[in-house]
Amino acid sequence: MRMEKIWAITSKDFLIFRTKRSILFSMVALLIFISIGLPLMIAYMVRRAGDSSSTLLPILIDAFSFMFVNLAVIIPASIASYSIVGEKVEKSLEPLLAAPLTDEEILMGKSLAAFIPSLTSIWAGGIIFMFLINIFSYQTLTYVYYPNWNIAVILFILGPLACILSIGFNILISSRINDIRSAQQLGILIVLPFGIIYLLKELSIISLSVSNLLIISAIVLIIDIFVFYLVMTTFRREEILTKWQ
Amino acid sequence: MAGSNACFYGTRRIIMIDVKNLTKSFGNFLAVENLSFHVNKGEIFGFLGPNGAGKTTTIRMLCCLISKTSGEAKISGYEIGNKAHSLEIRKMIGLVPDNVGLYNGLSAYENLDFYGKLYDCSEKTRKENIEYYLRMMGLWDKRNQSAGSFSKGMRQKIAIARALLHNPAILFLDELTTNLDPESSKVVIDLILKFKKEGKTIFLNTHNLDEANKICDRIGILKTRLLAINTPEQLQKSIWGNKTVIQMESITDSMLQAVKGLNPKRFVVEQNKIIIDVTDPLLENSLFIKAITSAGGSIQFVTTLNPDLEETYLKIMEDTK
Repeated sequence: MRMEKIWAITSKDFLIFRTKRSILFSMVALLIFISIGLPLMIAYMVRRAGDSSSTLLPILIDAFSFMFVNLAVIIPASIASYSIVGEKVEKSLEPLLAAPLTDEEILMGKSLAAFIPSLTSIWAGGIIFMFLINIFSYQTLTYVYYPNWNIAVILFILGPLACILSIGFNILISSRINDIRSAQQLGILIVLPFGIIYLLKELSIISLSVSNLLIISAIVLIIDIFVFYLVMTTFRREEILTKWQ
Repeated sequence: MAGSNACFYGTRRIIMIDVKNLTKSFGNFLAVENLSFHVNKGEIFGFLGPNGAGKTTTIRMLCCLISKTSGEAKISGYEIGNKAHSLEIRKMIGLVPDNVGLYNGLSAYENLDFYGKLYDCSEKTRKENIEYYLRMMGLWDKRNQSAGSFSKGMRQKIAIARALLHNPAILFLDELTTNLDPESSKVVIDLILKFKKEGKTIFLNTHNLDEANKICDRIGILKTRLLAINTPEQLQKSIWGNKTVIQMESITDSMLQAVKGLNPKRFVVEQNKIIIDVTDPLLENSLFIKAITSAGGSIQFVTTLNPDLEETYLKIMEDTK
């Protein structure tokens, strides 16, 4: 695979996204809600409950930090579906496929176009989240909560793996769907399993300890491999031109 | 270098596209059956056929976009269906597909610059070529406008520029002038003729028979199978033969007897015209003129009957029904 070709496709998609306000708006709004809105909720709770919230606070912060995994699934869903279905809608796949590129280079270029902004947003949001949580929780906890291993696993292992899963799932969906909105609506379904994990944590059925987060990461990695195997068999020139309609 | 692996035909001609028994089926549907033809370097080859005849499928196979079912085809010596050769083929061809497929969110310049990168053009070459082709198409002043704001004709012109940026040896043009107004159509046709002068090989799918007649060196008529292939003139001749039209002031039986006496293959009378099938007009026409005048006929003029490509095409299609 030639990196310069892959980067040409990725940067072309970045140029297109710059004009798509719906993508930018949903990305920024979600990011603000999770990285600023949730710490503000913590601040509000601390103000209301005072020192009595010191035992509840770490549980709540850990649960909120898992939202970054959900974010890692939601953001690439909107980008990846646009990246593939957008090409179908604009009928730009045929000249692209006629260019001297391998199927893998096109797939990688498209995947990176969704992966890079998603991961950058999550990491940027994660830094803001950690910073604000530390400010708002310090008085109650009397120690600096972040960084810790939980957020490290979420931001650097589980988040990227969930992001890859979302991209793969959305490419599969996009191959069968012809309009961007439907692709995004269906693609977002991939958030469900992670939403269930969040719910189980809220109901105290499971804990999001570092070891549990690593187990979830291992499971997501196995699913990633399976999904990308399916994507590789689907992402073939002939398949795209004759069946992706 | 394009052509370095190409096949040589006779002593001078280089075959750029060589197709033998090429067949493509989608499940039970036979899209293209047993195609065999070749296209020489510097030739404009036109494919004519109704919708669903397999023209686009053929182009897609030759551009390595879809696989063949059987048969073989070589582009400048590189074999389609061979994965390693496919990349080489794609490097040396330029494609203007039926749907031009520009990125509406990008400007004309950005669209071209992106494809320049995919085809390994250096930054300097990209800049020069983009400016050259956009100026040629009259779109340089609009280079920063988004492609989504352009008319169909302008989009078609940008798609042509996109296919030419990397200076391909072979151009595949699918329904090129369909969306163009007559003026733009002329610009594009002149451009194609210019490429031919530069030695580029051009493979053109079209419904526009007049355009095919004007610019194609040879024409293939396709309806799943290749029904006919030849130069436009030869195609017309092979279907209609040579016909001499003799316009008379009036026709009498003795004049017709005089014509009959020369044993023509076939002749018909239409109003004051005698239309005669001839093998060699140069030799035979004078004999018929002499016979008719000897029989007292007064000839107003003599001409040859040239059915146009449209009539020829329609007759071939009719014959296949």
